[in-house]
Amino acid sequence: MMILPLFVVIPLGGAFLLSLIGKLDKRINDALANIATFSLLVLSVFAIRYPLAGKVLVYKVGGWKPPIGICMVLDGLTSFMLVTTNLVSCLVAIYSISYMERYTDKYRFYTLFLLMLAGMNGVIVTGDLFNLFVFLEIASVASYALVAFGTEAEELEASFKYTIMSSVASSFILLGIALLYSFSSTLNMADMAWVLAQRNSSLLLYFVAVLFIMGFGLKAAIVPFHAWLPDAHPSAPASISAMLSGVVIKVLGVYTLIRIFFNLFPINKTSLSVLMFLGTVSILAGVILALSQWDFKRLLAYHSISQIGYIILGIGLGTPLGITGALFHLFNHSVFKSLLFLNSGAVVYALGTRNLQEMGGLKERMPLTANTSLVASMSISGIPPFNGFWSKLWIILACMQSGRILYAFWAVIGSILTLASFMKVQKYAFWGKLKKQWESVKEVPWPMQLAMLVLAVICILSGFLVAPFFSAFIDSAVKVILSGQGYAHTVFKMLR
Amino acid sequence: MSIYILCLVLFCIGLYCVLRKRNIIKIIIGLGIVEYAVNLFFVLIGYQRYGRAPILAKEQKILNMVDPLPQALVLTAIVIGLAVTVFMVAIAIRLYEKYGTFDITKIKRLKG
Repeated sequence: MMILPLFVVIPLGGAFLLSLIGKLDKRINDALANIATFSLLVLSVFAIRYPLAGKVLVYKVGGWKPPIGICMVLDGLTSFMLVTTNLVSCLVAIYSISYMERYTDKYRFYTLFLLMLAGMNGVIVTGDLFNLFVFLEIASVASYALVAFGTEAEELEASFKYTIMSSVASSFILLGIALLYSFSSTLNMADMAWVLAQRNSSLLLYFVAVLFIMGFGLKAAIVPFHAWLPDAHPSAPASISAMLSGVVIKVLGVYTLIRIFFNLFPINKTSLSVLMFLGTVSILAGVILALSQWDFKRLLAYHSISQIGYIILGIGLGTPLGITGALFHLFNHSVFKSLLFLNSGAVVYALGTRNLQEMGGLKERMPLTANTSLVASMSISGIPPFNGFWSKLWIILACMQSGRILYAFWAVIGSILTLASFMKVQKYAFWGKLKKQWESVKEVPWPMQLAMLVLAVICILSGFLVAPFFSAFIDSAVKVILSGQGYAHTVFKMLR
Repeated sequence: MSIYILCLVLFCIGLYCVLRKRNIIKIIIGLGIVEYAVNLFFVLIGYQRYGRAPILAKEQKILNMVDPLPQALVLTAIVIGLAVTVFMVAIAIRLYEKYGTFDITKIKRLKG
């Protein structure tokens, strides 16, 4: 039994079933969605052992042989991204059991949630460029609808803005794919990498690289293309904000950029230095805009831009240390940022407000939310024992190692400003004196507490991911990226 | 060559429409033009002058045929474009209910 297609089949099938029978009973919704996400988590953890053993799985869809048919590939990078995505989505699904009670039409929420998950898993496992585009659009369309889920004026406005910008980005991506197809007459990524390595095509590749940086950069919210994110992410329900900031921008933007710029194109110093520059601008712009925010979720959304900047900076360095740091930070950010969004959701659930100035002293009434958010805040601002410290340290060390002292300096400045911004959150929301109107506030129900607690524990533990024994997990992903167009050889070797 | 340039011009018209128009219905139409320009470009890549459909028939030699793959891909892209357009029109209707206008410059509660 091949496990690869299951990553797409389970969420798609779950979404189909939910839209049919979800109306009957509320408990069926919760059970079905949670079983689907949990089984995906188990499968993705199970799949780690293939890349660790140095094996690459290739699944031929419909039995057609790859240069002609579509294939799915499981290598180190795929497995790393699958674990990240499905870990967050599993915990978010648990959280949604109670959180989404406040909204009507819970089954529609779960349907869209699973569709988005199917799209993301599809983007990760596919080995075909056009298929990647289709899955990307499935995930995007589901996320447009989820941003507008509350159907209030602000949510509709944010969703409209997001839809317009993201659809233009998709058009750029499709144009890039069309140009690549016209040059290489193939859509299979391994085959295309092989063709591009054979022929001299630098002029076309520069043009396509620009199109892809615009397209995927917008999906990843790198700075000149970030305008939609601070509107769209806070407007969604908190569990979806956690998904959008935690994994969607990374899978649809960062993962696709890595796959295309390292495994598909010949590694090109110019486009990497463009990425490095845009990453640094993102770090600074995101964090400076975040400093002046009073809306809890909007502040977190701006920090997503800044943290994505660190990942892009690490990738742009192109050195083994930089890429390790970038992937490590990708994992860490998806954990602590989803935890922070779930915290903000818990506060909104209990208080009904997102304005930091109206809160205060919640530590007494909501101890678990306050303590987990403290852990996440320390992680995101890079306080030593927590995971965020190690990944930022790795990225900054990589900058120093490759002689980019200025970039390292800006990364440190960004980290200090992040700390300042999260001290503000802690001070206004959780510390200080409890206001009179919040004296009857209660801690949130247990599914929400469980999800937050597990994420906080992962925040502390995942600092060990670069420790000698556990680092094999990230190293197998880094090896795939550094092998460049060797990706084509590994895939073709498996087919023979 | 000129046909590709015309295709690019169509793309730019759509982009201009998205960026400069204030009415959200016009923006949606502009997005449709952008999508059609890309789809047209994709079909043109597979086109050959005097080419025929790549259908295999008995006792017939096909010498000059168009590439069928872009056509299949464009069909998929059109369906995706349809889904996005329908979604956006639905959002536009709801926006009109909430704000009472289609003018994008007046729909701006989210700032900062």
